[in-house]
Amino acid sequence: MTTVLTLIVLAPLAGFMLNGLIGARLGNRFVGVVGCGLPLAAFALTLVSFRALETGGAPLIETFYTWARIGPRVFDVEFYFDRLSAVMTLIVTGVGTLIHVYSLGYMKEDKGYARYFAYLNLFLFFMLLLVLGRSLLVLFVGWEGVGLASYLLIGFWFEDPEKARAGKKAFVVNRIGDAGFLLGMFLLFWALGTLDMDRINAAFNGAALPAVSASLVGILLFIGATGKSAQIPLHVWLPDAMAGPTPVSALIHAATMVTAGVYLVARMSGIYLHAEVASQVVTTIGLVTAFFAATIAVVQTDIKKVLAYSTVSQLGFMFVALGVGAYGVAIFHVTTHAFFKACLFLGAGSVIHALGGEQDIRKMGGLARRIPVTFVTFVVATAAIAGIPPLAGFFSKDEILWFAFASSRGGAPLLWLVATLTALLTSFYMFRLVWRTFLGASRMDEKTAHHVHESPWSMGGVLVVLAMLSAIGGFIAVPHYLEALLPAPPVEQALHHLETPLLVLSVVVAFAGLAAAAFLYGGTAARAARMEARFAGLHRILTHKYYIDEIYERCLGGPLVWISEHVFLRTGDRLLLDGTLNGMAGLAQRVAGGLSRLQSGSLHRYAFLVLAGAVACLAWSLSHV
Amino acid sequence: MSEATLLNLVLFLPVLGIALVVALPAGRDGAVRWATFWVMMVQLALTTLLYCRFDAAVPGLQFETRLPWIEAWGVYYQIGLDGYNLLLVLLTTFLGPLVVAGAFTAISKDVKLFYAMVLLIQFAMLGTFVAQDLFVFYLFWEMMMIPMFLIIGIWGGERRIYATLKFVLYTAFGSILMLAAVIYLVYSLRASTGITSFAFADLLGTPLPMSVQLWLLAAFGLSFAIKVPLVPLHTWLPDAHVEAPTAGSVILAGVLLKMGTYGFMKLGFPLFPDATRALTPALMTLAVIAIVYGACLALVQNDIKKIIAYSSISHLGYVMLGLVSLDLLGIQGAIIQMVSHGLTAAGLFLMVGMIYERCHTRELAAYGGLAKVLPVYSVFFMILTLASIGLPTTSGFTGEFLVLLGTFTSAWPQYVDGAPWPLAMAVTAVTGVVLGALYMLRFAQHFLFGAERVPHGPVADLGLREKLILFPIVVAIFALGLFPDAPMRKTELAAQHYQALVLAPRAPGSTP
Amino acid sequence: MDRLQILLLLAMALFAVGLLGVIIRRNLLVMLMCMELMLNGVNLSLVTFAQQTGTEAGAVLVFLIFVVAAAEIAIAIPIVLLLVQGKRTLDADAYTDLKG
Repeated sequence: MTTVLTLIVLAPLAGFMLNGLIGARLGNRFVGVVGCGLPLAAFALTLVSFRALETGGAPLIETFYTWARIGPRVFDVEFYFDRLSAVMTLIVTGVGTLIHVYSLGYMKEDKGYARYFAYLNLFLFFMLLLVLGRSLLVLFVGWEGVGLASYLLIGFWFEDPEKARAGKKAFVVNRIGDAGFLLGMFLLFWALGTLDMDRINAAFNGAALPAVSASLVGILLFIGATGKSAQIPLHVWLPDAMAGPTPVSALIHAATMVTAGVYLVARMSGIYLHAEVASQVVTTIGLVTAFFAATIAVVQTDIKKVLAYSTVSQLGFMFVALGVGAYGVAIFHVTTHAFFKACLFLGAGSVIHALGGEQDIRKMGGLARRIPVTFVTFVVATAAIAGIPPLAGFFSKDEILWFAFASSRGGAPLLWLVATLTALLTSFYMFRLVWRTFLGASRMDEKTAHHVHESPWSMGGVLVVLAMLSAIGGFIAVPHYLEALLPAPPVEQALHHLETPLLVLSVVVAFAGLAAAAFLYGGTAARAARMEARFAGLHRILTHKYYIDEIYERCLGGPLVWISEHVFLRTGDRLLLDGTLNGMAGLAQRVAGGLSRLQSGSLHRYAFLVLAGAVACLAWSLSHV
Repeated sequence: MSEATLLNLVLFLPVLGIALVVALPAGRDGAVRWATFWVMMVQLALTTLLYCRFDAAVPGLQFETRLPWIEAWGVYYQIGLDGYNLLLVLLTTFLGPLVVAGAFTAISKDVKLFYAMVLLIQFAMLGTFVAQDLFVFYLFWEMMMIPMFLIIGIWGGERRIYATLKFVLYTAFGSILMLAAVIYLVYSLRASTGITSFAFADLLGTPLPMSVQLWLLAAFGLSFAIKVPLVPLHTWLPDAHVEAPTAGSVILAGVLLKMGTYGFMKLGFPLFPDATRALTPALMTLAVIAIVYGACLALVQNDIKKIIAYSSISHLGYVMLGLVSLDLLGIQGAIIQMVSHGLTAAGLFLMVGMIYERCHTRELAAYGGLAKVLPVYSVFFMILTLASIGLPTTSGFTGEFLVLLGTFTSAWPQYVDGAPWPLAMAVTAVTGVVLGALYMLRFAQHFLFGAERVPHGPVADLGLREKLILFPIVVAIFALGLFPDAPMRKTELAAQHYQALVLAPRAPGSTP
Repeated sequence: MDRLQILLLLAMALFAVGLLGVIIRRNLLVMLMCMELMLNGVNLSLVTFAQQTGTEAGAVLVFLIFVVAAAEIAIAIPIVLLLVQGKRTLDADAYTDLKG
């Protein structure tokens, strides 16, 4: 038995411990070496495991220890490494390490350097637990743990109450999803007596279906996924989560953590294959999210918010793929998305770094010549996400569109249409971002403009690597690699002849978006301003994100506090309970006060009362003789 | 020394401690503090030894002492350890030294009396846990009230008289009912079997008709429910916590509240199994109301001690839920949750005490941005907050997860059979985890983050003493979160015993 | 009227006179004496009944009561004297300090 998988998981934990406990005392160099070295070690170990997996063929399974035994039930902490985990682990450790390296430069000036790397390592630890865990329980531990790391990193600059609030919001919204996840897990445990995901899949793929509704389980687990992967209606936390440091946004809120929901559904594909209703729900939610998030992204003015909504939208794409049964394709898109979105976020980070903290694209422009490395890598990644061939996004997105159209597990022309429209919007808002940020005339103030500088090599180098991956990532045939594990859904024969026309169409759509952005935002962007004035109402709705935050606050947050305060606290506790209690105490006091008046202190009266009492007793006893 | 003697020594060490403290000359406050501390430490060491020697494979009592006391009434001085009380005894002795050390600087009035009272309550609590005879149990149960009354009444805050009277009246009311039920129970035992005995082991076999079971369960249950406390019998708790000195709050939240749930588990439910089973849906509802109601109220409090007080109500709701789930997972979860709550609530109250000593206010709005000013304090606080939320790898998760899992797995088959209510309760309880995150994070956010507001600042971060107090708690929280198997081995037989007792019919004429 | 009834009537009369005295007289010492009268009225009835039923317990009890009464008066008179020292009066109405 080997311990490689355990080591992969524990390496970042060791980094967390070292940096968290003694990092601040040993200086930034030590923190950097530990903070980046251990994730790198994890990546190396992952490669070792990957080789072992490819030579051996069978999934690697390692038992770490037994968490609990209750009666006949055993909860083991086990790690499971098959091709799906392999892809995810490679992304997590690979992209993760790159972002750690990037952070070396980005966070250099920050006082909480050690703390930052400690949290980042902690995140990696939980993320690896999530993708390597064999049982849903271990996955759940990682699932909540990444939420914690995200909470800590969003609120990293804790002086700012806005940021602390964003962290809290992320945590609580995720918890809502987790409640659904827990219920799904309980239901599976009741039906199958195990939480090991391979066993659950085997049970559902076996001859006799378990005595539990696959759709119900599927929907419950999907609620968890909507929380973590920011799908409607639980998407509200992700844009606010941009309050964290930018590398964090790249790592957690773009490349890895938010794809956990996609991983979960793909991992539990055994259930979803038998859950038609659940799959339809997944598709619908994914599609709606993809579209609406894309529309919001079109008008955002914060560079990170645009990317955040773009992430939400892309995750929606992945769920569409999952819903129509193309699990491998979804993971493919996870992979390419990790490359280009990490590159975009880190590029945005580089821009923000260069401008001394400015995030508003209305105050940028003309940066292309000032920070050329950032510009070039950003454009490559943008082209990738827009779906321009032969970059990474083109391949994965095109496959999603194809299966949305043709999959016999729920593909439909309408799905394809909305998804393609979303792709058009994606291309448009991404190129809009490029134009507003890098091209045209500078809209910076003098002071900022003076300070603009290209980022150090540790940041630029990472950008280049990621841009290269965004460019060639599409040639990594992830769906093919996963075919044995997650076979592609059957496609209706009659539709095969449409594959090439659709492909051409999707390329046209990508360029149309580019053209539209160039048309509207080229030059002085006067056309865009006119459009904005003309559709002021729509613009306002989009800027306010369809007022969903406000609606939640009005319909959920407000009433909860109101009920707690007025019904439970004031009426329940104070009025009813304490009121009754104090009332009873008051009554007793008043009665006693009345009786105490008899206690006059006059001996004669007492004696007289004794006499009266004696006479009364006598009279009573006489009358009853 | 035999092991039974060891347990007796553990139990009576506080009494020796009281004698020692009283014997010390007046004015030697430092000596009193250290004497009490070391008594507690020795007690903890001995209990740890007992814990290690406790054989998980042996059912029933271990380290048992049984001596005749009032033979005419069949009263025996009978104590022992079993899976029911093992962890709680360990928890009590674990918190003992921390409570004492936590009060080193906070208490400067009547130091001798204070530590004597702390030792006395320690004695009473341990006695209640280890008692295996209802008479002895009742004596210790009543004994707990007096030192707590004095601790709140003498060293408490401004409205201490109101709070302490409320506490005593509630508790005494419950005790009277329990006393009546105890007497009735012993008489029924004599009527049906001819033996007069207060021993738990004998009483647990008393056949009782259903109607009697219901009345007696109501009487015992009311007494225990006040201690837990279950809504709507809870209003004494926030007041008592707010007015009590830190040590009082820690004892109250850490151990005293568990008396209620322990009472239900050891006596209330197993003594009257038919009534318990009949009332399971109602009891589940009460537990879930406690979970949700406590959480909602914690959400709108502005006094930091009240937030923790209401969170206690919510957390103990989970314990009750696990106990009435009658599923092994839920029962084990409930036991772990009791210990977990003891650790987190005690830790949080200690931390509130530490900040109160510095800033002299408990108003949440007065604080902000402590993370920057008190980094070490904030780390500890964050860990305790997360454990309270029930984040995986902390003890809170182990407890809550198992309780919810057990409740769900017992409720789902009932739903399939056409009884949806337990399932509805289980699902509501699961949503409780959201509320838990909501109120604790609101607390942490106002407290640790945001603009810097430190009343009576600038203040110093935690000193060595305070770090040494909090560190063991944090270690225990993670130990129970990551490696719950070892303690659960030792409680498994008790959990099974409890389950079997409550599931078996007891009313005369019913077929087993 | 047989002897029993006469004795009982006498006992009642003693008790009634004593009670009346306690109620209408204001002098503390007189009140004490009246209380002794009441006590002795009860004592008399006790002896009477004891003789009637032929039990010795009643007679024994009477002796016990004598002793207790003596002790009681031995304490009561000093109390009264102490009270008088404080307020310089024997009037019972002056002593209403226990008013509720």
